Amino acid sequence: MSPAKLARMANQIGAFFASEPDHALAVEGVASHLRRFWEPRMRHQLVAWVVDTGGPDLSPLVLEAVQTNRARLTTLTPRNGPK
Amino acid sequence: MYSVKEQDLGTPAPPAALGLAAPLVTLDVDGTTVTVPEGTSIMRAASLTGVQVPRLCATDSIKAFGSCRLCIVEVEGKRGFPASCTTLVQDGMKVRTQTPKLAQLRRGVMELYISDHPLDCLTCPANGNCELQDMAGVVGLREVRYGLKGANHLEAEKDTSNPYFTFDPTKCIVCSRCVRACEETQGTFALTVQGRGFDSVISAGGTDFMSSECVSCGACVQACPTATLMEKSLVDHGQPDHVVKTTCAYCGVGCSFRAEVKGNEVVRMVPDKNGQANDGHSCVKGRFAWGYATHKDRVTTPMIRKSPEDPWTVVSWPEALKYAASEITRIQAKYGQASVGGITSSRCTNEETWLVQKLIRAGFGNNNVDTCARVCHSPTGYGLKATLGESAGTQDFASVDHSDVILVIGANPTQGHPVFASRLKRRLREGAQLIVADPRTIELVRQPHVEAAFHLQLRPGTNVALANALAHVIVTEGLADDAFARARCDVAEYEKWRTFISLPHNSPEATEAITGVSAASVRGAARLYAGARNGAIYYGLGVTEHSQGSTMVIAIANLAMCTGNLGKPGAGVNPLRGQNNVQGACDMGSFPHELPGYRHVSDANVRAGFESVWGVILDPEPGLRIPNMFDAALEGTFKAIYVQGEDIAQSDPDLRHVDAALRAMECVIVQDIFLNETAKFAHVFLPGATFLEKDGTFTNAERRIGRVRKVMPSRSGMADWEITCALAEQLGYPMHYEHPSQIMDEIASLMPTFTGVSYEKLDKLGSIQWPCNATAPDGTPTMHVGEFVRGKGKFIITEFVATEERVTPMYPMLLTTGRTLSQYNVGAQTRRTENVRWHSEDVLELHPHDAEERGINDGDWVMLKSRAGETRLRADLTQRVQPGIVYTTFHHPITRANVVTTDLSDWATNCPEYKVTAVQVRRAPNQGAPVEAK
Repeated sequence: MSPAKLARMANQIGAFFASEPDHALAVEGVASHLRRFWEPRMRHQLVAWVVDTGGPDLSPLVLEAVQTNRARLTTLTPRNGPK
Repeated sequence: MYSVKEQDLGTPAPPAALGLAAPLVTLDVDGTTVTVPEGTSIMRAASLTGVQVPRLCATDSIKAFGSCRLCIVEVEGKRGFPASCTTLVQDGMKVRTQTPKLAQLRRGVMELYISDHPLDCLTCPANGNCELQDMAGVVGLREVRYGLKGANHLEAEKDTSNPYFTFDPTKCIVCSRCVRACEETQGTFALTVQGRGFDSVISAGGTDFMSSECVSCGACVQACPTATLMEKSLVDHGQPDHVVKTTCAYCGVGCSFRAEVKGNEVVRMVPDKNGQANDGHSCVKGRFAWGYATHKDRVTTPMIRKSPEDPWTVVSWPEALKYAASEITRIQAKYGQASVGGITSSRCTNEETWLVQKLIRAGFGNNNVDTCARVCHSPTGYGLKATLGESAGTQDFASVDHSDVILVIGANPTQGHPVFASRLKRRLREGAQLIVADPRTIELVRQPHVEAAFHLQLRPGTNVALANALAHVIVTEGLADDAFARARCDVAEYEKWRTFISLPHNSPEATEAITGVSAASVRGAARLYAGARNGAIYYGLGVTEHSQGSTMVIAIANLAMCTGNLGKPGAGVNPLRGQNNVQGACDMGSFPHELPGYRHVSDANVRAGFESVWGVILDPEPGLRIPNMFDAALEGTFKAIYVQGEDIAQSDPDLRHVDAALRAMECVIVQDIFLNETAKFAHVFLPGATFLEKDGTFTNAERRIGRVRKVMPSRSGMADWEITCALAEQLGYPMHYEHPSQIMDEIASLMPTFTGVSYEKLDKLGSIQWPCNATAPDGTPTMHVGEFVRGKGKFIITEFVATEERVTPMYPMLLTTGRTLSQYNVGAQTRRTENVRWHSEDVLELHPHDAEERGINDGDWVMLKSRAGETRLRADLTQRVQPGIVYTTFHHPITRANVVTTDLSDWATNCPEYKVTAVQVRRAPNQGAPVEAK
């Protein structure tokens, strides 16, 4: 998907959490939302784009959330084992 | 009047005070003792003992009127012959309904009626089902002493203007049941009794029905005791021979209907007076617009083709399913397991939706499942889950009967949810106060006997600023219910929110420049809502379809929590859901991040429950949402889609983008009743079934699960649930069910909010509002009583963030979109009925000032252009819209209004921002025939 579109969507999420007075909670809010609602290929593309370009279009809050949660955003949840 | 008789108690039950049982009264009727609530009529009490007092002007859906004089009775110790419909019971009363004197008087009354009535019973469409005919028999009428040649109305002209019913004044007895039904049941006041005495006639405002203010709800037809107002279908086909109770497949009100059937042919649809969502009322769609089910455009055979450019080839069911499955398998082998997905249908049943998401999660092996709620109420799911703990409305519809102040935000109930609107208007006529927040002057703002105390006519895209301003007034003026908020909600979050909402930039004076709503109006509305004993909020897509849709839902929840308006009848947060089963589709796990019951896919324990029943290991990662699927298709990683009962190529925004995405896929499987717009891009077409052709359940906007019952055989030979099962079988994931009731049993076994639901219980109770489980075995009309589902309610900060969609010199106006009464969604069904008589094309509402500046006259073709696309439609000059705002609907594919809407969406859910699009409007250079949108 286009980095510009992903960046816009991520920035919208950031704009919501930016009003959280506790900065750590705001960062966690962005990261958690991306982790819980974005499909893996979208998360991977966003992270890869940030790694490659530094995420110039991202708001500082979103950039921090992505940079500090790279592993969380790209590591897949393990499946349950067979019964 | 019902063709297949239902008991009519003559007058309604007395109104019950909230939470209070009415005192009981015991009386004697014809020697039988009966005990009834105080306020009951003698007629109703008699009916409850099995005694039917003769009557013509009384029926139990409308208030007693006392005009026909046929229901007279004798009461011991009282003089005269009181009308039993208007005389209330008293303790110890002794009533006689049959005496020689009463019989004589009744015969005299009937003689007068029959002296001005055509004696054509044998050829009358009401023959065998006419209350006048019945009463003539009951009173023993044997002669008409006045003769039949005196002054009469037998030459009056029949009005056939309405496409669905006729008005034959020659058969009218002027009982005024139709007039009262229009007033009391529908609340439109389109009918009246014109003239006095012998000259009295029923009139639709001095014009024919089609030209009048009549909204064709059918309440008058329902109430008519003779053949005066009668369905044309009944005139054509004759009386039905049996009844099947089912649930309407149009809007989220979910009206219960009695399908009156002759053989396999529906003669008419009659609203079920025991229907718990609709109380015997209906609208023009559910009551009359069911003809699409047998429309010639129905496709009833499966078809396949290699490419959308190729002609369709009709094939057998096995061949079509085998081909579809082989393509899914091939594409997954080539592009990966996550390269395919599907869309469940909010028009199909819960059971069918369940199976589609099950097929995708268990058969396809991923979570790429989504539903049309993505483009309507997905922010409701997010916002209410985050704040209250459950992704659903908090009340039943009857709750509004106890509301004192009603705040309607971004909803147009008289058009979108007409049967609920009638109930709402009734409450307003009883004295409840109304606040409307809407950019347009919708009907509710001012109509007969209804006027909003405040119309907050905000600019599109500024909902959150307005809600924050309302909350600011409530908090800073000390109007909040602090005790409720501190007892029921997380106190730290409440304090944080109070600090935020009290900031000066949230004051009405500060937001006035953003919203366009005066500070005085905001303050007045906030005081009114906060001061209500019971304040209720009803909202629609004008809340959700914004870039801050989820934020606004949260803001609404904040308003309700801070005023203590949750957990009790008359209050609450009530999303008016659009499609018949959009609530159900969401409940059934149609979102890519949630398993059924709104439980996140990452929860290993939840997955384990499903895995043990479904026999597969489930994907723990969220899947693609619909717009993400389109984007992935265009980048080449999403190659096949199974679309059940959803026309994404007409209903979704930025249609050029949608078209390109569908073209980029290698296999598009469409399962629908018509070759819709999406089918133009399809490789496989699987003919679906209408709601009349299958069994199942729908869940309406009040979480009410209602039965859908098969009325006629499926035209294609398969119900939709059977098609999905057959496709799964071909994919090597067999799902065996003999009947949808078994699917419901599986649902109940896996969803904690459904554990008490079964077809047996639905048949017994009529319908059930979930949660229905050990804690609430008969369901839950009001949620969050005593405690929120999430425990403590969560206040969340809702900073206003302006949409990126801005007016510019190139696109100086704002377009907002909506619906109209006679059409439904993309119009696939209603466009194939006589409802097109009311809305044959989408038009652009434009303020006269804007039109004058552009040289546009009413009815001119205009070009409507945004940065996404352009279309052309006729101008409708009206002051319903403010200057600078234009409005249209999206019911007609020739207009394709959604070529104009953009890809901007809600931050949390990607719900499209249909309600705000910057556009330019100009008079079309060629005023000839319409051109296709581009």
